[in-house]
Amino acid sequence: MNNSILQLLITDFVIYALLAGLSLALVSGPLGSFIVWRRMSYFGDTLAHSSLLGIALGIITDINPQLSVILSCLAFAAILTLLDRKPSIATDTLLGILAHSTLALGIILLALTGSVRLNLEAYLFGALLTVDRTDLFWILAVTVFACAVLYGVWNRMLSATVHTELATIEGVNVERLNLLLVLVIALTIAVSMKIVGVLLITSLLIIPPAAARRFAHTPEQMAILASVIGALSVLAGLLGAFALDTPPGPSIVVVATTLFLVSFFLPERHRS
Amino acid sequence: MLCSRTHGPLPASTRSKMLMQISSANSQTLLSVENICKQFGDRKVLDHITLRVDEGQILTLIGPNGAGKTTLVRIALGLVEPDSGIVTQRPALRVGYMPQKVHVESTLPITVDRFMRLADNSDKKLIDSTLSMLNIAPLRQKQLVAISGGELQRVLLARALLRKPQLLVLDEPAQGVDLAGQAELYQLISRISKQSRCGVLMISHDLHLVMSSTDEVVCLNHHVCCHGKPEQVSNDPAYLDLFGDATAKALAVYTHDHNHEHDLTGNIKPVQHE
Repeated sequence: MNNSILQLLITDFVIYALLAGLSLALVSGPLGSFIVWRRMSYFGDTLAHSSLLGIALGIITDINPQLSVILSCLAFAAILTLLDRKPSIATDTLLGILAHSTLALGIILLALTGSVRLNLEAYLFGALLTVDRTDLFWILAVTVFACAVLYGVWNRMLSATVHTELATIEGVNVERLNLLLVLVIALTIAVSMKIVGVLLITSLLIIPPAAARRFAHTPEQMAILASVIGALSVLAGLLGAFALDTPPGPSIVVVATTLFLVSFFLPERHRS
Repeated sequence: MLCSRTHGPLPASTRSKMLMQISSANSQTLLSVENICKQFGDRKVLDHITLRVDEGQILTLIGPNGAGKTTLVRIALGLVEPDSGIVTQRPALRVGYMPQKVHVESTLPITVDRFMRLADNSDKKLIDSTLSMLNIAPLRQKQLVAISGGELQRVLLARALLRKPQLLVLDEPAQGVDLAGQAELYQLISRISKQSRCGVLMISHDLHLVMSSTDEVVCLNHHVCCHGKPEQVSNDPAYLDLFGDATAKALAVYTHDHNHEHDLTGNIKPVQHE
Protein backbone atom coordinates (compact mmCIF):
# COMPACT_ATOMS: atom_id res chain seq x y z
CA MET A 1 0.00 0.00 0.00
CA ASN A 2 2.64 2.52 1.09
CA ASN A 3 4.81 1.41 -1.75
CA SER A 4 2.15 1.89 -4.37
CA ILE A 5 1.39 5.40 -3.12
CA LEU A 6 5.06 6.25 -3.29
CA GLN A 7 5.25 4.95 -6.81
CA LEU A 8 2.25 7.02 -7.77
CA LEU A 9 3.76 10.13 -6.26
CA ILE A 10 6.71 10.16 -8.57
CA THR A 11 4.83 9.76 -11.81
CA ASP A 12 4.40 12.71 -14.14
CA PHE A 13 0.65 12.98 -13.95
CA VAL A 14 0.70 13.18 -10.17
CA ILE A 15 3.33 15.88 -10.22
CA TYR A 16 1.31 17.83 -12.81
CA ALA A 17 -1.82 17.38 -10.73
CA LEU A 18 -0.06 18.53 -7.59
CA LEU A 19 1.49 21.59 -9.23
CA ALA A 20 -1.82 22.55 -10.85
CA GLY A 21 -3.66 22.20 -7.55
CA LEU A 22 -1.07 24.13 -5.54
CA SER A 23 -1.03 26.83 -8.19
CA LEU A 24 -4.78 27.30 -7.89
CA ALA A 25 -4.46 27.30 -4.10
CA LEU A 26 -1.92 30.11 -4.34
CA VAL A 27 -4.31 32.35 -6.35
CA SER A 28 -7.34 31.37 -4.33
CA GLY A 29 -5.89 33.12 -1.26
CA PRO A 30 -5.85 36.73 -2.47
CA LEU A 31 -8.40 36.37 -5.27
CA GLY A 32 -10.84 34.35 -3.16
CA SER A 33 -10.54 36.91 -0.36
CA PHE A 34 -11.68 39.69 -2.70
CA ILE A 35 -14.55 37.48 -3.90
CA VAL A 36 -15.61 36.96 -0.29
CA TRP A 37 -15.20 40.61 0.74
CA ARG A 38 -17.11 41.84 -2.30
CA ARG A 39 -19.78 39.15 -2.05
CA MET A 40 -19.07 37.96 -5.57
CA SER A 41 -19.18 34.21 -5.00
CA TYR A 42 -22.42 33.84 -6.93
CA PHE A 43 -20.87 35.81 -9.76
CA GLY A 44 -17.96 33.33 -9.85
CA ASP A 45 -20.35 30.41 -9.73
CA THR A 46 -22.35 31.73 -12.68
CA LEU A 47 -19.19 32.28 -14.66
CA ALA A 48 -18.03 28.73 -13.92
CA HIS A 49 -21.36 27.17 -14.87
CA SER A 50 -21.55 29.11 -18.10
CA SER A 51 -18.06 27.97 -19.10
CA LEU A 52 -19.53 24.51 -19.79
CA LEU A 53 -21.46 26.18 -22.58
CA GLY A 54 -18.12 27.58 -23.73
CA ILE A 55 -16.64 24.09 -23.91
CA ALA A 56 -19.59 22.82 -25.92
CA LEU A 57 -19.34 25.75 -28.32
CA GLY A 58 -15.61 25.12 -28.60
CA ILE A 59 -16.19 21.49 -29.57
CA ILE A 60 -18.85 22.41 -32.11
CA THR A 61 -16.72 25.11 -33.74
CA ASP A 62 -13.58 22.99 -33.34
CA ILE A 63 -11.34 25.55 -31.62
CA ASN A 64 -8.67 24.70 -29.09
CA PRO A 65 -10.63 23.72 -25.92
CA GLN A 66 -8.51 25.78 -23.51
CA LEU A 67 -8.83 28.82 -25.76
CA SER A 68 -12.59 28.38 -26.16
CA VAL A 69 -13.08 28.18 -22.38
CA ILE A 70 -11.00 31.30 -21.82
CA LEU A 71 -12.82 33.20 -24.56
CA SER A 72 -16.25 32.15 -23.32
CA CYS A 73 -15.38 33.02 -19.69
CA LEU A 74 -14.26 36.48 -20.78
CA ALA A 75 -17.39 36.91 -22.92
CA PHE A 76 -19.71 35.86 -20.10
CA ALA A 77 -17.85 38.09 -17.64
CA ALA A 78 -18.39 41.02 -20.01
CA ILE A 79 -22.09 40.16 -20.45
CA LEU A 80 -22.64 39.84 -16.69
CA THR A 81 -20.87 43.14 -16.05
CA LEU A 82 -23.01 44.91 -18.64
CA LEU A 83 -26.25 43.36 -17.40
CA ASP A 84 -25.39 44.30 -13.85
CA ARG A 85 -24.88 47.92 -14.82
CA LYS A 86 -28.51 48.42 -15.77
CA PRO A 87 -30.24 46.22 -13.21
CA SER A 88 -33.78 45.35 -14.26
CA ILE A 89 -34.10 42.51 -11.76
CA ALA A 90 -32.21 41.70 -8.56
CA THR A 91 -28.62 40.69 -9.26
CA ASP A 92 -28.85 37.31 -7.51
CA THR A 93 -31.97 36.36 -9.48
CA LEU A 94 -30.27 37.33 -12.73
CA LEU A 95 -27.15 35.33 -11.82
CA GLY A 96 -29.27 32.33 -10.78
CA ILE A 97 -31.12 32.31 -14.09
CA LEU A 98 -27.93 32.62 -16.14
CA ALA A 99 -25.95 30.09 -14.09
CA HIS A 100 -28.43 27.30 -14.54
CA SER A 101 -29.70 28.05 -18.03
CA THR A 102 -26.16 28.16 -19.43
CA LEU A 103 -25.27 24.96 -17.56
CA ALA A 104 -28.35 23.20 -18.95
CA LEU A 105 -27.67 24.48 -22.44
CA GLY A 106 -24.03 23.39 -22.18
CA ILE A 107 -24.99 19.85 -21.13
CA ILE A 108 -27.52 19.58 -23.99
CA LEU A 109 -24.99 20.78 -26.57
CA LEU A 110 -22.34 18.40 -25.23
CA ALA A 111 -24.84 15.53 -25.44
CA LEU A 112 -25.69 16.47 -29.03
CA THR A 113 -22.04 16.37 -30.08
CA GLY A 114 -22.07 12.78 -28.86
CA SER A 115 -18.36 12.12 -28.76
CA VAL A 116 -17.70 13.61 -25.38
CA ARG A 117 -20.66 12.21 -23.56
CA LEU A 118 -18.48 10.11 -21.32
CA ASN A 119 -16.46 13.14 -20.31
CA LEU A 120 -19.34 15.10 -18.83
CA GLU A 121 -18.37 14.03 -15.33
CA ALA A 122 -14.86 15.30 -15.89
CA TYR A 123 -16.17 18.73 -16.88
CA LEU A 124 -18.55 18.93 -13.96
CA PHE A 125 -16.30 17.61 -11.20
CA GLY A 126 -12.83 17.96 -12.63
CA ALA A 127 -10.24 15.52 -13.91
CA LEU A 128 -7.16 16.57 -12.02
CA LEU A 129 -5.17 13.48 -12.98
CA THR A 130 -5.57 14.20 -16.69
CA VAL A 131 -3.83 17.59 -16.38
CA ASP A 132 -1.10 17.56 -19.01
CA ARG A 133 1.89 19.75 -19.75
CA THR A 134 -0.17 22.26 -21.78
CA ASP A 135 -2.85 22.55 -19.09
CA LEU A 136 -0.18 23.09 -16.47
CA PHE A 137 1.43 25.78 -18.59
CA TRP A 138 -1.89 27.68 -18.83
CA ILE A 139 -2.55 27.32 -15.12
CA LEU A 140 0.91 28.54 -14.14
CA ALA A 141 0.73 31.44 -16.60
CA VAL A 142 -2.63 32.61 -15.25
CA THR A 143 -1.42 32.17 -11.67
CA VAL A 144 1.60 34.37 -12.28
CA PHE A 145 -0.56 36.94 -14.10
CA ALA A 146 -3.28 36.96 -11.41
CA CYS A 147 -0.81 37.24 -8.53
CA ALA A 148 1.16 40.00 -10.28
CA VAL A 149 -2.00 42.01 -11.03
CA LEU A 150 -3.40 41.64 -7.50
CA TYR A 151 -0.03 42.52 -5.96
CA GLY A 152 0.25 45.59 -8.16
CA VAL A 153 -3.17 47.04 -7.38
CA TRP A 154 -3.52 45.59 -3.87
CA ASN A 155 -3.90 48.82 -1.90
CA ARG A 156 -6.18 50.50 -4.42
CA MET A 157 -8.30 47.38 -4.84
CA LEU A 158 -8.62 47.11 -1.08
CA SER A 159 -9.58 50.76 -0.79
CA ALA A 160 -12.25 50.33 -3.48
CA THR A 161 -13.54 47.23 -1.68
CA VAL A 162 -13.80 48.93 1.71
CA HIS A 163 -15.57 52.02 0.38
CA THR A 164 -16.18 52.70 -3.29
CA GLU A 165 -16.84 56.41 -2.93
CA LEU A 166 -13.98 57.21 -0.58
CA ALA A 167 -11.68 55.46 -3.03
CA THR A 168 -13.15 57.44 -5.95
CA ILE A 169 -12.70 60.77 -4.15
CA GLU A 170 -9.12 59.81 -3.33
CA GLY A 171 -8.42 59.33 -7.02
CA VAL A 172 -8.76 55.55 -7.42
CA ASN A 173 -10.22 54.49 -10.77
CA VAL A 174 -12.79 52.13 -9.28
CA GLU A 175 -14.41 51.20 -12.57
CA ARG A 176 -11.14 50.02 -14.08
CA LEU A 177 -10.27 48.01 -10.98
CA ASN A 178 -13.67 46.27 -11.09
CA LEU A 179 -13.06 45.24 -14.67
CA LEU A 180 -9.56 44.05 -13.83
CA LEU A 181 -10.87 41.90 -10.98
CA VAL A 182 -13.54 40.36 -13.22
CA LEU A 183 -10.89 39.63 -15.85
CA VAL A 184 -8.68 37.86 -13.30
CA ILE A 185 -11.61 35.85 -11.94
CA ALA A 186 -12.68 34.81 -15.45
CA LEU A 187 -9.16 33.70 -16.40
CA THR A 188 -8.66 31.79 -13.15
CA ILE A 189 -11.97 29.96 -13.49
CA ALA A 190 -11.27 29.14 -17.13
CA VAL A 191 -7.92 27.47 -16.46
CA SER A 192 -8.83 25.75 -13.21
CA MET A 193 -11.82 23.91 -14.66
CA LYS A 194 -9.77 20.74 -15.11
CA ILE A 195 -8.79 20.74 -11.46
CA VAL A 196 -12.17 20.70 -9.72
CA GLY A 197 -14.75 21.08 -12.49
CA VAL A 198 -17.34 23.76 -13.17
CA LEU A 199 -19.56 22.85 -10.23
CA LEU A 200 -16.80 23.04 -7.64
CA ILE A 201 -14.46 25.82 -8.77
CA THR A 202 -16.01 28.59 -6.70
CA SER A 203 -15.80 26.49 -3.56
CA LEU A 204 -12.04 26.30 -3.88
CA LEU A 205 -11.93 30.08 -4.29
CA ILE A 206 -14.10 30.96 -1.30
CA ILE A 207 -13.76 28.19 1.30
CA PRO A 208 -10.06 28.81 2.14
CA PRO A 209 -10.59 32.57 2.75
CA ALA A 210 -13.70 31.80 4.80
CA ALA A 211 -11.67 29.38 6.91
CA ALA A 212 -8.90 31.97 7.32
CA ARG A 213 -11.19 34.82 8.35
CA ARG A 214 -11.26 34.09 12.08
CA PHE A 215 -7.49 34.01 12.41
CA ALA A 216 -6.67 37.16 10.48
CA HIS A 217 -6.35 40.71 11.76
CA THR A 218 -5.44 42.29 8.45
CA PRO A 219 -6.55 41.69 4.87
CA GLU A 220 -3.04 40.53 4.00
CA GLN A 221 -3.00 37.90 6.76
CA MET A 222 -6.33 36.58 5.53
CA ALA A 223 -5.09 36.29 1.94
CA ILE A 224 -1.85 34.51 2.85
CA LEU A 225 -3.50 32.19 5.37
CA ALA A 226 -6.16 31.33 2.76
CA SER A 227 -3.42 30.32 0.31
CA VAL A 228 -1.89 28.06 2.99
CA ILE A 229 -5.27 26.48 3.79
CA GLY A 230 -5.90 26.00 0.07
CA ALA A 231 -2.52 24.29 -0.37
CA LEU A 232 -3.17 21.99 2.60
CA SER A 233 -6.55 21.08 1.11
CA VAL A 234 -4.95 20.20 -2.22
CA LEU A 235 -2.21 18.07 -0.61
CA ALA A 236 -4.51 16.24 1.79
CA GLY A 237 -7.27 15.91 -0.82
CA LEU A 238 -4.92 14.34 -3.35
CA LEU A 239 -3.40 11.95 -0.81
CA GLY A 240 -6.88 10.98 0.36
CA ALA A 241 -8.01 10.45 -3.23
CA PHE A 242 -5.12 8.00 -3.81
CA ALA A 243 -5.54 6.20 -0.51
CA LEU A 244 -9.31 5.82 -0.75
CA ASP A 245 -9.65 5.83 -4.52
CA THR A 246 -12.03 8.79 -4.50
CA PRO A 247 -12.31 11.49 -7.20
CA PRO A 248 -9.59 14.10 -6.50
CA GLY A 249 -11.56 17.31 -7.16
CA PRO A 250 -14.40 16.58 -4.72
CA SER A 251 -11.87 15.18 -2.21
CA ILE A 252 -10.00 18.50 -2.21
CA VAL A 253 -13.25 20.41 -1.65
CA VAL A 254 -14.24 18.09 1.21
CA VAL A 255 -10.87 18.61 2.91
CA ALA A 256 -11.21 22.41 2.51
CA THR A 257 -14.69 22.31 4.01
CA THR A 258 -13.43 20.18 6.90
CA LEU A 259 -10.70 22.75 7.58
CA PHE A 260 -13.37 25.49 7.47
CA LEU A 261 -15.47 23.63 10.04
CA VAL A 262 -12.44 22.93 12.23
CA SER A 263 -11.64 26.67 12.19
CA PHE A 264 -14.77 27.27 14.23
CA PHE A 265 -13.55 25.03 17.03
CA LEU A 266 -10.12 26.59 17.27
CA PRO A 267 -9.75 29.62 19.53
CA GLU A 268 -9.94 32.89 17.63
CA ARG A 269 -6.77 34.93 17.57
CA HIS A 270 -6.94 37.88 19.89
CA ARG A 271 -4.56 40.76 20.08
CA SER A 272 -4.21 42.43 23.44
CA MET B 1 -21.65 43.21 -6.91
CA LEU B 2 -19.84 45.79 -8.93
CA CYS B 3 -20.35 49.51 -8.80
CA SER B 4 -23.65 49.38 -10.52
CA ARG B 5 -26.22 50.81 -8.18
CA THR B 6 -28.11 53.86 -9.29
CA HIS B 7 -26.03 55.87 -6.84
CA GLY B 8 -22.76 54.28 -7.89
CA PRO B 9 -19.85 56.56 -8.65
CA LEU B 10 -19.16 57.50 -12.20
CA PRO B 11 -16.02 56.46 -14.01
CA ALA B 12 -13.20 58.96 -13.66
CA SER B 13 -13.48 59.95 -17.29
CA THR B 14 -17.07 61.07 -16.82
CA ARG B 15 -16.18 62.81 -13.59
CA SER B 16 -13.47 64.91 -15.14
CA LYS B 17 -15.70 65.86 -18.05
CA MET B 18 -18.44 66.91 -15.68
CA LEU B 19 -16.33 68.98 -13.39
CA MET B 20 -15.58 72.21 -15.13
CA GLN B 21 -12.53 73.85 -13.74
CA ILE B 22 -12.68 77.30 -12.26
CA SER B 23 -10.21 79.54 -14.01
CA SER B 24 -11.17 83.16 -13.88
CA ALA B 25 -13.93 83.18 -11.27
CA ASN B 26 -13.50 84.28 -7.68
CA SER B 27 -10.07 83.04 -6.59
CA GLN B 28 -11.41 82.32 -3.10
CA THR B 29 -13.98 79.89 -4.46
CA LEU B 30 -13.28 76.20 -3.96
CA LEU B 31 -16.47 74.72 -5.28
CA SER B 32 -19.66 75.99 -6.80
CA VAL B 33 -22.80 74.44 -8.19
CA GLU B 34 -25.20 76.36 -10.41
CA ASN B 35 -28.80 75.58 -11.29
CA ILE B 36 -28.48 71.92 -10.42
CA CYS B 37 -31.54 69.77 -11.21
CA LYS B 38 -31.82 66.07 -10.53
CA GLN B 39 -34.68 63.66 -10.88
CA PHE B 40 -34.89 59.99 -9.83
CA GLY B 41 -37.65 58.40 -11.89
CA ASP B 42 -40.48 60.92 -11.74
CA ARG B 43 -39.42 62.24 -8.35
CA LYS B 44 -37.79 65.63 -8.57
CA VAL B 45 -35.07 65.66 -5.92
CA LEU B 46 -33.21 68.87 -6.70
CA ASP B 47 -34.71 71.90 -8.37
CA HIS B 48 -32.33 74.61 -9.59
CA ILE B 49 -29.87 74.61 -6.70
CA THR B 50 -27.05 77.12 -6.65
CA LEU B 51 -24.43 77.44 -3.94
CA ARG B 52 -20.75 78.15 -3.41
CA VAL B 53 -18.09 77.27 -0.87
CA ASP B 54 -15.11 79.60 -0.37
CA GLU B 55 -11.79 79.10 1.38
CA GLY B 56 -12.16 78.97 5.16
CA GLN B 57 -15.94 79.11 4.91
CA ILE B 58 -18.25 76.66 6.63
CA LEU B 59 -21.49 76.08 4.79
CA THR B 60 -24.11 73.87 6.40
CA LEU B 61 -26.94 72.21 4.54
CA ILE B 62 -29.99 71.52 6.66
CA GLY B 63 -33.36 70.11 5.72
CA PRO B 64 -35.77 67.26 6.43
CA ASN B 65 -35.12 63.64 5.47
CA GLY B 66 -35.33 63.09 1.74
CA ALA B 67 -34.76 66.77 1.00
CA GLY B 68 -31.95 65.96 -1.44
CA LYS B 69 -29.03 67.01 0.77
CA THR B 70 -26.90 63.91 0.20
CA THR B 71 -27.70 63.88 -3.53
CA LEU B 72 -26.60 67.50 -3.80
CA VAL B 73 -23.33 66.74 -2.02
CA ARG B 74 -22.69 63.72 -4.24
CA ILE B 75 -23.30 65.83 -7.33
CA ALA B 76 -20.93 68.51 -6.01
CA LEU B 77 -18.29 65.80 -5.53
CA GLY B 78 -18.76 64.42 -9.03
CA LEU B 79 -20.04 61.05 -7.78
CA VAL B 80 -23.43 61.54 -9.40
CA GLU B 81 -24.19 63.34 -12.63
CA PRO B 82 -26.84 66.07 -12.47
CA ASP B 83 -29.62 66.19 -15.08
CA SER B 84 -28.72 69.80 -15.70
CA GLY B 85 -26.60 72.50 -14.13
CA ILE B 86 -22.89 73.15 -13.75
CA VAL B 87 -20.46 71.92 -11.11
CA THR B 88 -17.19 73.81 -10.88
CA GLN B 89 -14.22 72.85 -8.76
CA ARG B 90 -10.95 74.69 -8.32
CA PRO B 91 -8.29 72.88 -10.38
CA ALA B 92 -6.61 70.00 -8.49
CA LEU B 93 -8.86 70.59 -5.49
CA ARG B 94 -7.99 68.24 -2.61
CA VAL B 95 -11.23 67.01 -1.09
CA GLY B 96 -11.60 65.18 2.20
CA TYR B 97 -14.91 63.33 2.22
CA MET B 98 -16.77 61.78 5.09
CA PRO B 99 -19.66 59.71 3.72
CA GLN B 100 -22.92 59.30 5.59
CA LYS B 101 -23.01 55.54 5.79
CA VAL B 102 -20.13 53.15 5.87
CA HIS B 103 -20.96 49.50 5.83
CA VAL B 104 -18.03 47.53 7.17
CA GLU B 105 -18.06 44.05 5.65
CA SER B 106 -17.76 41.55 8.51
CA THR B 107 -15.69 39.12 6.43
CA LEU B 108 -13.00 41.77 5.98
CA PRO B 109 -10.50 41.90 8.83
CA ILE B 110 -9.10 45.40 8.95
CA THR B 111 -7.77 47.48 11.81
CA VAL B 112 -8.37 51.21 12.20
CA ASP B 113 -4.66 51.66 11.49
CA ARG B 114 -4.78 49.73 8.20
CA PHE B 115 -7.96 51.60 7.21
CA MET B 116 -6.14 54.90 7.72
CA ARG B 117 -3.20 53.66 5.66
CA LEU B 118 -5.53 53.00 2.71
CA ALA B 119 -5.69 56.76 2.19
CA ASP B 120 -3.41 58.12 -0.49
CA ASN B 121 -1.44 60.11 2.05
CA SER B 122 -0.50 57.59 4.71
CA ASP B 123 2.36 59.41 6.39
CA LYS B 124 2.76 57.71 9.77
CA LYS B 125 3.35 60.90 11.76
CA LEU B 126 0.29 62.51 10.22
CA ILE B 127 -1.84 59.48 11.14
CA ASP B 128 -0.51 59.68 14.71
CA SER B 129 -1.29 63.36 15.12
CA THR B 130 -4.69 63.15 13.43
CA LEU B 131 -5.82 60.24 15.59
CA SER B 132 -4.64 62.03 18.73
CA MET B 133 -6.35 65.25 17.72
CA LEU B 134 -9.65 63.36 17.49
CA ASN B 135 -8.91 61.45 20.71
CA ILE B 136 -9.09 58.07 19.01
CA ALA B 137 -5.45 56.99 19.24
CA PRO B 138 -6.40 54.09 21.56
CA LEU B 139 -8.62 52.63 18.80
CA ARG B 140 -5.71 52.23 16.44
CA GLN B 141 -5.24 48.45 16.64
CA LYS B 142 -8.96 47.71 17.03
CA GLN B 143 -10.90 46.02 14.23
CA LEU B 144 -13.06 48.41 12.22
CA VAL B 145 -16.10 46.15 12.69
CA ALA B 146 -15.62 46.21 16.46
CA ILE B 147 -15.83 49.96 17.13
CA SER B 148 -19.03 51.87 17.85
CA GLY B 149 -20.91 54.09 15.39
CA GLY B 150 -19.70 57.27 17.07
CA GLU B 151 -16.11 56.03 17.05
CA LEU B 152 -16.40 55.10 13.38
CA GLN B 153 -17.51 58.67 12.61
CA ARG B 154 -14.29 60.02 14.13
CA VAL B 155 -12.21 57.45 12.27
CA LEU B 156 -13.85 58.57 9.02
CA LEU B 157 -13.19 62.23 9.84
CA ALA B 158 -9.57 61.33 10.57
CA ARG B 159 -9.23 59.62 7.20
CA ALA B 160 -10.73 62.68 5.46
CA LEU B 161 -8.24 64.95 7.26
CA LEU B 162 -5.24 62.82 6.23
CA ARG B 163 -5.45 64.27 2.74
CA LYS B 164 -4.83 67.77 4.17
CA PRO B 165 -7.96 68.79 2.31
CA GLN B 166 -8.66 72.23 0.91
CA LEU B 167 -12.33 71.30 1.10
CA LEU B 168 -13.93 69.05 3.70
CA VAL B 169 -17.24 67.50 2.73
CA LEU B 170 -19.06 65.99 5.70
CA ASP B 171 -22.35 64.12 5.45
CA GLU B 172 -23.89 64.19 8.92
CA PRO B 173 -20.57 64.00 10.71
CA ALA B 174 -22.10 63.78 14.17
CA GLN B 175 -24.53 60.93 13.68
CA GLY B 176 -24.15 58.30 16.36
CA VAL B 177 -22.04 60.63 18.47
CA ASP B 178 -23.51 61.46 21.89
CA LEU B 179 -24.87 64.96 22.43
CA ALA B 180 -21.92 66.38 24.37
CA GLY B 181 -19.55 64.81 21.85
CA GLN B 182 -21.50 66.36 18.97
CA ALA B 183 -20.93 69.91 20.20
CA GLU B 184 -17.25 69.16 20.63
CA LEU B 185 -17.01 67.62 17.16
CA TYR B 186 -18.56 70.70 15.53
CA GLN B 187 -16.18 72.94 17.48
CA LEU B 188 -13.27 70.84 16.29
CA ILE B 189 -14.40 71.09 12.65
CA SER B 190 -14.69 74.84 13.05
CA ARG B 191 -11.17 75.01 14.53
CA ILE B 192 -9.71 72.91 11.72
CA SER B 193 -11.36 75.16 9.16
CA LYS B 194 -9.94 78.31 10.77
CA GLN B 195 -6.45 76.87 11.22
CA SER B 196 -5.99 75.48 7.74
CA ARG B 197 -8.29 77.86 5.84
CA CYS B 198 -10.08 74.83 4.46
CA GLY B 199 -13.65 75.19 3.29
CA VAL B 200 -16.32 72.97 4.78
CA LEU B 201 -19.50 71.73 3.15
CA MET B 202 -21.49 69.92 5.75
CA ILE B 203 -24.86 68.26 6.08
CA SER B 204 -26.43 68.42 9.49
CA HIS B 205 -29.82 67.95 11.03
CA ASP B 206 -29.18 70.04 14.07
CA LEU B 207 -28.95 73.75 13.43
CA HIS B 208 -28.90 74.44 17.15
CA LEU B 209 -25.61 72.60 17.44
CA VAL B 210 -23.90 73.94 14.32
CA MET B 211 -25.11 77.52 14.89
CA SER B 212 -21.94 78.75 16.54
CA SER B 213 -19.58 77.02 14.13
CA THR B 214 -21.11 77.71 10.74
CA ASP B 215 -20.79 80.79 8.54
CA GLU B 216 -23.70 80.13 6.26
CA VAL B 217 -26.75 77.91 6.39
CA VAL B 218 -28.68 76.68 3.39
CA CYS B 219 -32.06 75.24 4.20
CA LEU B 220 -32.90 72.69 1.54
CA ASN B 221 -36.14 70.93 0.69
CA HIS B 222 -35.70 70.01 -3.00
CA HIS B 223 -35.24 73.75 -3.56
CA VAL B 224 -33.40 76.30 -1.45
CA CYS B 225 -35.99 77.42 1.12
CA CYS B 226 -33.81 80.05 2.68
CA HIS B 227 -30.16 80.77 3.25
CA GLY B 228 -27.98 83.14 5.19
CA LYS B 229 -26.30 83.47 8.54
CA PRO B 230 -27.54 80.94 11.09
CA GLU B 231 -29.37 83.59 13.16
CA GLN B 232 -31.20 84.83 10.07
CA VAL B 233 -32.19 81.37 8.97
CA SER B 234 -33.46 80.28 12.36
CA ASN B 235 -35.93 83.17 12.29
CA ASP B 236 -36.84 82.84 8.64
CA PRO B 237 -40.53 82.04 8.03
CA ALA B 238 -39.55 79.35 5.49
CA TYR B 239 -37.36 77.63 8.08
CA LEU B 240 -40.05 77.87 10.76
CA ASP B 241 -42.57 76.56 8.29
CA LEU B 242 -40.38 73.64 7.28
CA PHE B 243 -39.52 72.43 10.74
CA GLY B 244 -42.74 73.54 12.46
CA ASP B 245 -42.82 76.69 14.53
CA ALA B 246 -42.67 75.02 17.91
CA THR B 247 -39.91 72.56 17.03
CA ALA B 248 -37.82 75.22 15.39
CA LYS B 249 -38.09 77.53 18.36
CA ALA B 250 -37.39 74.74 20.79
CA LEU B 251 -34.33 73.79 18.81
CA ALA B 252 -33.15 77.34 18.43
CA VAL B 253 -33.24 78.13 22.14
CA TYR B 254 -31.83 74.79 23.16
CA THR B 255 -28.78 75.17 25.35
CA HIS B 256 -26.84 72.31 26.74
CA ASP B 257 -26.87 72.58 30.50
CA HIS B 258 -24.54 70.24 32.29
CA ASN B 259 -22.48 70.69 35.37
CA HIS B 260 -19.62 68.82 33.73
CA GLU B 261 -18.34 68.01 30.26
CA HIS B 262 -17.01 64.91 28.57
CA ASP B 263 -14.28 64.77 26.01
CA LEU B 264 -14.68 62.71 22.83
CA THR B 265 -13.74 59.47 24.54
CA GLY B 266 -16.33 60.02 27.25
CA ASN B 267 -13.94 60.97 30.06
CA ILE B 268 -15.04 63.82 32.28
CA LYS B 269 -13.08 66.93 31.48
CA PRO B 270 -11.66 69.23 34.16
CA VAL B 271 -14.06 72.12 34.74
CA GLN B 272 -13.21 75.25 32.80
CA HIS B 273 -14.21 78.59 34.24
CA GLU B 274 -14.74 81.34 31.76
